Amino acid sequence: MTGIEAQVQQPYKYGFVTDIESDVVPPGLNEDVVRLISAKKDEPAWMVDWRLKAYRNWLKMEEPHWPNVQYGPIDYQAISYYAAPKKLPKLDSLDQVDPKLVATFEKLGIPIEEQKRLTGVAVDAVFDSVSVATTFQAELAKYGVIFCPISEAIRKHPELVQKYLGTVVPHNDNFFAALNTAVFTDGSFVYIPKGVRCPMELSTYFRINASSTGQFERTLIIADEGSYVSYLEGCSAPMRDENQLHAAVVELVALDNATIKYSTIQNWYPGDEEGKGGIYNFVTKRGKCAGKSSKISWTQVETGSAITWKYPGCILQGDNSIGEFYSVAVTSRRQQADTGTKMIHLGKNTRSTIVSKGISAGRGQNTYRGLVKIMKGAEDARNYSQCDSMLIGDQCGAHTFPYIDVRNSTAIMEHEASTSKIGEDQIFYLRQRGLSAEDAVSMIVNGFCKEVFKELPMEFAVEATRLLGISLEGSVG
Amino acid sequence: MLEIKGLRVSVAGTEILRGIDLSVRAGEVHAIMGPNGSGKSTLAQVLAGHPAYTVTAGTATYDGKDLLALKPEERAREGVFLAFQYPVEVRGITNSYFLRSAVNAVRKHRGQEELDPMDFLHVLEAKLKAIGWDDTLMNRPVNEGFSGGEKKRNEILQLAVLEPKLALLDETDSGLDIDALKTVAQAVNKLRASDRSFVIVTHYQRLLNFIKPDVVHVLADGRIVKSGGPELAHELEAKGYDWLRAGAMVS
Repeated sequence: MTGIEAQVQQPYKYGFVTDIESDVVPPGLNEDVVRLISAKKDEPAWMVDWRLKAYRNWLKMEEPHWPNVQYGPIDYQAISYYAAPKKLPKLDSLDQVDPKLVATFEKLGIPIEEQKRLTGVAVDAVFDSVSVATTFQAELAKYGVIFCPISEAIRKHPELVQKYLGTVVPHNDNFFAALNTAVFTDGSFVYIPKGVRCPMELSTYFRINASSTGQFERTLIIADEGSYVSYLEGCSAPMRDENQLHAAVVELVALDNATIKYSTIQNWYPGDEEGKGGIYNFVTKRGKCAGKSSKISWTQVETGSAITWKYPGCILQGDNSIGEFYSVAVTSRRQQADTGTKMIHLGKNTRSTIVSKGISAGRGQNTYRGLVKIMKGAEDARNYSQCDSMLIGDQCGAHTFPYIDVRNSTAIMEHEASTSKIGEDQIFYLRQRGLSAEDAVSMIVNGFCKEVFKELPMEFAVEATRLLGISLEGSVG
Repeated sequence: MLEIKGLRVSVAGTEILRGIDLSVRAGEVHAIMGPNGSGKSTLAQVLAGHPAYTVTAGTATYDGKDLLALKPEERAREGVFLAFQYPVEVRGITNSYFLRSAVNAVRKHRGQEELDPMDFLHVLEAKLKAIGWDDTLMNRPVNEGFSGGEKKRNEILQLAVLEPKLALLDETDSGLDIDALKTVAQAVNKLRASDRSFVIVTHYQRLLNFIKPDVVHVLADGRIVKSGGPELAHELEAKGYDWLRAGAMVS
């Protein structure tokens, strides 16, 4: 089976380092660092107060150790909480972006120059602690769509930010969310006005470059009544022997009849064969279906990171609202993932769908952890959950922890689970039809993930399948 | 087409085939019969290159090439096809996509242009028409949820589309009712050609009522103990295998 495993463990293609002059705050965390970050961002007083409140709470909290992952202690005083390239462009102009940054994003497949931009996709490019470019802002503004770095939104649209920031993930929600609230540096802000269908895909690409730093981004997306937006994030980092912490918070708010589709292609550096290095991806993502008949759909393809700890969830508050979670999580080498979702049904007639595909190879450990909670007032709520695990080789593991908490007897819950193993006979069957061993594995994995990949925007479905080293199934069938 | 000499094969340290000699010429249909555990399926699997089997002695020459030196996918691309006794399911992949990938792997090997989905659809329609079947299986995931009969039919459909030079049928008749058996046999008969040879592994004679072989071999305890014309199959049906096994012991 070593041939099959080797196929899944491709070399990491994005492990380069950009040699660029950076403004890096010395390692360590205290109230002065929090104030310094806030000052660098030129933030209003309410922001710095909120950050300090979170920081003081964080000091009293303990790092969670209930996930099914193992790692050594993190020294929070050894991390630098702010790193930014020195030459930054002026606002609203991409002409002055450092060519090294342009080249970096180009190498990652994210062209930010005017003439090379992807059609139909607006990109916010975040490098270490800051956003370095956001494309198509002017075009989007014609529709009233706001798409900008969150640091800019705090200055330019304080009323919107103040109204929604922290309403879905409170500053004291959990250890990493509190830390993020205290020290977050950048991320994206999206506002879609009433009745507007966002005319293009919005996306943010996160790149960690500096060493000994953490990345703490914050994303806030608000879809006003009757609006629609599809948003995608991607990410990568250099290959380093150290573990770097990435603790993000994402908040989504969907008002009446609004739909938010949020897709993630996570490709942080996973560490080497022996488990040295790699990103700790400790992330809190949550959406609130605040309005009636609103919908939030999470799709994630998690292939990178040494350790992944994330549960993108939905609070289904509005009557008839819908929450969805589609996930592919791959752990190979010595990667560990503890990921899943939380669906909290509050409103009447709320529906949620969970489709989770875990693939374990090498010495990878993959855990699905999900909570479906039907509250007392959630009449006629429905949930469908499907958790499938695939094992490649005999040194990896798959674990499933579904939690179900039903407090209303009208609820209908369905749960399906399966575990399969790519075996010699399956590979042989495909090889006997002329496919190489690599293509055979690709096809089996692709088929396994199909229900999730079909949820991705077309442009990114290609990227996702390529990431798994597999070719995308054609349009027929 | 196929020349096997002194082939000995083990699986997990146990010898299954103990010296097989077999010569199949282009266009011929050979039936391999024998009791359970005689090594019939092993012969089919080892010719297709299943990695679980180890060849300990002997040679197999296919179309002038050393068959045993080729990887399974290379054998397939050179025109060796195995209709599996237990076809494997591939979740989430439609039959038509799978088959197009297989056809294109073969075409690429031959230096031909790969077929796009539309071109493939035309090729497929022509093949289905030739064997008189419809396309109901094509848009379903490969073998997933197929009945036993559908799985076997799907194997023959793949055979039709991939146009091999050497087709190995491993117990294609097992688990089929009489109507399904006829359907499959009729398709195989339509696929007989002067440049295509068949090696049909079967336990029962009934398949051979519909597909008339040129040569029948009886395999017992890892050796071919008797070869003859189609009438041998009828003799086996009447007398069973035991009389030949006894023969194998003394020879």
